Amino acid sequence: MYLENKTLFFDGNLTRFNVSELLHKIEEFKDKEIKFLDLTKVSNIDSAGVAFLDELMILFREHTPHLLNASESVDTTIKMFSSMNITPVVPKEGLNFFTRIGDSLFRWRESIIRGFYLTADIFFWSFVCIFKKKGMRKGSVINQSILIGVDALWIIGLLSFILGLILALQSAAQLRQFGANIFVADLIAISMVREMGPMMTAIIVAGRSGSAIASEIATMKVTEEIDAIRMMALDPIRYIVVPKFLAITICMPLLVTMSTLIGIAGGLIIGITYLDLSAISFINEAINILTFKDVIVGLLKSVFFAWVIVIIGCYYGFSVKGGAEGVGKVTTMSVVASIFWVIVLDAINSIIFYF
Amino acid sequence: MKKPIVEVKDLVAKYGEDTILEDISIDIYPEQVTVIVGGSGCGKTTLIKNIFKLYQPYSGSVRIFGEEITDMDEVEYEQVLKRIGMLFQNGALINSMNLFDNISIPLEQHTNLPLSIIDKIIKVKLNLVNLGDALELNPSELSGGMKKRAALARAIVLDPEILVCDEPSAGLDPLTSASLDELILKLKSLFKMTIIIVSHELASIHRIADRLIFMDNGRVLFTGSLEEAKRSKIPEVETFFRVGKFD
Repeated sequence: MYLENKTLFFDGNLTRFNVSELLHKIEEFKDKEIKFLDLTKVSNIDSAGVAFLDELMILFREHTPHLLNASESVDTTIKMFSSMNITPVVPKEGLNFFTRIGDSLFRWRESIIRGFYLTADIFFWSFVCIFKKKGMRKGSVINQSILIGVDALWIIGLLSFILGLILALQSAAQLRQFGANIFVADLIAISMVREMGPMMTAIIVAGRSGSAIASEIATMKVTEEIDAIRMMALDPIRYIVVPKFLAITICMPLLVTMSTLIGIAGGLIIGITYLDLSAISFINEAINILTFKDVIVGLLKSVFFAWVIVIIGCYYGFSVKGGAEGVGKVTTMSVVASIFWVIVLDAINSIIFYF
Repeated sequence: MKKPIVEVKDLVAKYGEDTILEDISIDIYPEQVTVIVGGSGCGKTTLIKNIFKLYQPYSGSVRIFGEEITDMDEVEYEQVLKRIGMLFQNGALINSMNLFDNISIPLEQHTNLPLSIIDKIIKVKLNLVNLGDALELNPSELSGGMKKRAALARAIVLDPEILVCDEPSAGLDPLTSASLDELILKLKSLFKMTIIIVSHELASIHRIADRLIFMDNGRVLFTGSLEEAKRSKIPEVETFFRVGKFD
């Protein structure tokens, strides 16, 4: 590339392999007057080369340079790939700050209303389906119970056991200094029944089943399966959501009961091996410290957590937009929202019952 | 001509602020194959989904079997839907169920037929679409053409009065596409079904269309027979058939 008589001469190829280099070289001609771009010796040009020529046109626009002597093939390529003839897309006028706030408030309001409608639909159809099975797939509640409950047994059991061990071990180290070894049983029993059992189970179920619910519904929506169900004169809430709702309502208290018992068993092992407590005294202490209210509140809480997980999973599943990316996005959002609301609900519950 | 089985008047569909369908007024007549035709993105599928309330229309009136459906409640509308079958673009078979379970859904949910009868109906319908030996297969084990045929079997399992097919030939080889068209024609003549097809496949349109509704950019530009469409002086219609080298 060289400059002579206000004409910039190019030779060889103008392709993606040398355009970057030429762009650097062009810096030295920046302040020169260039009226022509001579392409006589250019043998090959690609879309990057044409974009480079477009850049030169813009760079030297004060002198409106002209292209000279392009061969037929080079000229055809330039005409095909030049961006100079493209009508620029006028971007939509952006909304001002207050309009954007107003818009997001309206969207927020709409999503809350949608959430309420969905919740009402789920509760209504779940109630109806207890008495009238039509509209639900045969055996679907059992299938869902296996997926949500039975398949989660080992992971919830294992984690609850480890949690019980950790809680007992950490508290034992402190309590044994005061000779209060037996109170480890109290601590484990109360924390597992009131908090750790329901909360741990809810978080695992939210991660396992909540995400599965959201992604299943989202995928069904993306692949038009929800529309197909609708066109078969079926209500998608009744056909898809209600079995999950009923299954999780049955499974969650059972899972929480199991989690609590296994967690206490973990504590018991530490009590026996580390604190020299007898199994009988540990179990007696644990039973005596618990009240009926503790057990009932723990179980009721688990049912509320279950409902939150299903409703949030369904809400995000049904609001999917786009394809695979949208499915991934709503799945993540549903898990985050479920865990958040489980913890918030747990806090509210603690304030109501134990403050 | 008989009274229309589907009447659409001044239908408007919007997505946010954008108008997708503008004042659509069309009639679909019974026992005919009506093809809604037009280029990609012109609003054909959106129109179908608005007519059958899969999307809520912004305004306008839709009458199916003589009844206004836009303000119908869910229970009433379900009675209308039981008389309609729909084949979706990608089949939309429920992935977690095998073919038998997929096709049995409408029968199990809307009839009190015993399992032995349901079993026979499903086998007949699957044989009709040449999938008699695929009862136990899952949708993921089927090819694109098989999925569409299976979905067609599901769509016709209740012997609907109206069959809606969204791009039945899209993505299929010419032979499979032709056999699907033949099947659609057979259904029309045997069961006197009203068939609505969304398509832009000219060869398929040529084989099956009794009547065309030509759409462009969210509007209906032409309604009439295939011959009338070919003679049409509307530039978009003319170009569509000319570019497709169709005569």
